[in-house]
Amino acid sequence: MKTYDMAELAVRNLRESILRNSLTTVGISVGVASLVAMLSLGIGLQQLAGRRLQKSGLFDTVVVTSRRDLRGFNREQEENGPAPAESPALTEAARQQIAQLPDVLEAYPDIRFITELRYEDKPYLTMMAGLPFSAKNNDAFDGMQGSFFSSETAPEVILQKSFAAQLLGKTPKAGSEEPSVTELAKPLLGKQLTMRYAERTATPTDAPDKKDAANSSGTNSPAGTAYSVVSREITLKIVGVCDLDPDSMRGQARARIFMPLKLAQNLHVMQPSDLRDTTNMASGTPAYTTVEVHVKSPTQVQAVEDAIKKMGFNTFSIVDATRSLRQFFAVLDLFLGIFGSLALAVASIGIINTLVMAILERRREIGIMKAIGASDGDVKGLFFAEAGVMGVFGGVVGVALGWTIGRVINVGTNVYLKRQHFPPEQIWFVPWWLVIGAIAFSIVVSLLSGLYPASRAARLDPVQALRYE
Amino acid sequence: MLTGQSISSPNNSVAIRTENLCRHYSMGEALIRAVDGISVQIASGEFVALLGTSGSGKSSLLNLVAGLDRPTSGTVVVEKHDLAKLSREELAKYRLRTVGMVFQSFNLIPSMTLLENVELPLRFAEVDRGEREGLAKQALDRVGLSARLRHRPTELSGGEQQRASLARALINQPRFLLADEPTGNLDSQTGTEIMNFIREFNETLGMTIIMVTHERTLAERYARRMIFLADGKLVGDQSNVASAVTRQPSGGAL
Repeated sequence: MKTYDMAELAVRNLRESILRNSLTTVGISVGVASLVAMLSLGIGLQQLAGRRLQKSGLFDTVVVTSRRDLRGFNREQEENGPAPAESPALTEAARQQIAQLPDVLEAYPDIRFITELRYEDKPYLTMMAGLPFSAKNNDAFDGMQGSFFSSETAPEVILQKSFAAQLLGKTPKAGSEEPSVTELAKPLLGKQLTMRYAERTATPTDAPDKKDAANSSGTNSPAGTAYSVVSREITLKIVGVCDLDPDSMRGQARARIFMPLKLAQNLHVMQPSDLRDTTNMASGTPAYTTVEVHVKSPTQVQAVEDAIKKMGFNTFSIVDATRSLRQFFAVLDLFLGIFGSLALAVASIGIINTLVMAILERRREIGIMKAIGASDGDVKGLFFAEAGVMGVFGGVVGVALGWTIGRVINVGTNVYLKRQHFPPEQIWFVPWWLVIGAIAFSIVVSLLSGLYPASRAARLDPVQALRYE
Repeated sequence: MLTGQSISSPNNSVAIRTENLCRHYSMGEALIRAVDGISVQIASGEFVALLGTSGSGKSSLLNLVAGLDRPTSGTVVVEKHDLAKLSREELAKYRLRTVGMVFQSFNLIPSMTLLENVELPLRFAEVDRGEREGLAKQALDRVGLSARLRHRPTELSGGEQQRASLARALINQPRFLLADEPTGNLDSQTGTEIMNFIREFNETLGMTIIMVTHERTLAERYARRMIFLADGKLVGDQSNVASAVTRQPSGGAL
């Protein structure tokens, strides 16, 4: 029999016992709907988490370290790489080379140091970091009070919320509500801090003149390993207090106060890595501990990372950090998918039941069809087509139903979030592949369910089937 | 009347030949010999009646010739095809193209209209949609049912249903018509109507007819040869020359 005829006969057969077949199809729809609803929520939550991470502003950042320095983040990879002594140093030349890579927006050294800050004559020890001027457009400063640095070298600082609270003596106690940024910023904006720091003054072996070396441009200078340290002071103005943590990727070493990067470079503050330079004789030129690389878009992070690794450096990106997060969501999706599929499995038993019942009812009809020339294949195909048609309808209706359920859950969640004074979130997403995939899955499951009834119908003995009343 | 002597058709070639054909069923412990060693030859163009009491094995023999059942032993050869050796697929094709069947209980599919019922074998034969309807209408017209195309079987009289099933049996132009008690559920008048159609197919289309019946008078009036069965064995085979000349007017009493 031709496929079209088979489908046509299947549809008319299904219409003959419309109630039972509709109920079976509804069963499939519910199964597909639960699958779609579960997965769309899983995907939606994953995207929500992704958006949150992206808001941190570091999603498109690669952190580069030298293999000869401190152990990197990824030991396994490190052990497979070249021996530390042979690895290149993270010099200014290397930074420029990285900056030239395709898709790289900028590559700047990471300058951070522990320093003593005096505010209203009280000393505070904290981690200071240089912030590139490009960070101005970063989402990380959403909700910041005050303003960004007025220029690339302005003696200004931005405080992280928790440090601001510390300066005001408002360190939140466990359980109590955190003070808002607005509250913290009001008494601090425009106030001044005094920073005491150690200036590293290069003393090249061939040019012992201290002053000349100090005038050369910072870490960029072709200084030797010899240097002297001078204690200095600088007054800094508080221009902003930020809510989010723009340095969250750092973990323990994250800074709580930021100054313009250029300013930090010009100050030649002695960095922890400088100590290593004095002991590590292999290093001829000063090198950075870390270079941060901004990539055009998060999707290019991996390629840039690979290119930098080829140059012999260690890299770390939030993409690495989100790997475990993505793994979590993969497992979550799997579980949601399994629960969703469970309903579909129940529905497939419904299909088997309906078709087996149909065989019993239509036994005589099958006998007649065989007597007038239907082959086993025709009979099998007919029942198979009936299962397939139920799968198609069940899949289409189920996707629509699942889409609706997901939407309702989303709306409901947002009503709840609104009551709790949270901004609305999209926690539900149905990608096109889920639509296609769910319908295809429904058809496949239905056809599999039809296998047994169809072959049973095909095997019926026509003589016995015709005798059946 | 029973001569026990096989009479072969005088002018035509052998179309169906069975040799020591057996069909045994086991029912619990008992072995039922529905067909038990029948050897018979039927020529092309013959009109044969299979006679016997119920349980004599006449329907079982018809099913074996129809390719609906397979013999336990022996052979049934139709137009040089040994049916026992055909695959299930080939047997289905044989039922589709070579033989047409009509039954006592009409066996039309109740959910389909007459047109769809008659069209069904054409679907299995993979005839194009456009062609199908014309052929089915033609076949129904031939049995006088042009006005009933869109009716379902249950809306029709028994005679009309059997006429429709004749149209269906003819639709793929088979060379054999196998009828199992075709008038068994009909009153005598409509029975005659049906028998006249069958005789017409035999005479004008040259179809070979095998009809199972338990009515001796019906067989004598229409068949040109009568084969008698009892307990699965052939017990008589005689020609019935009279049938060719004693044509009854339509509607006459049997």
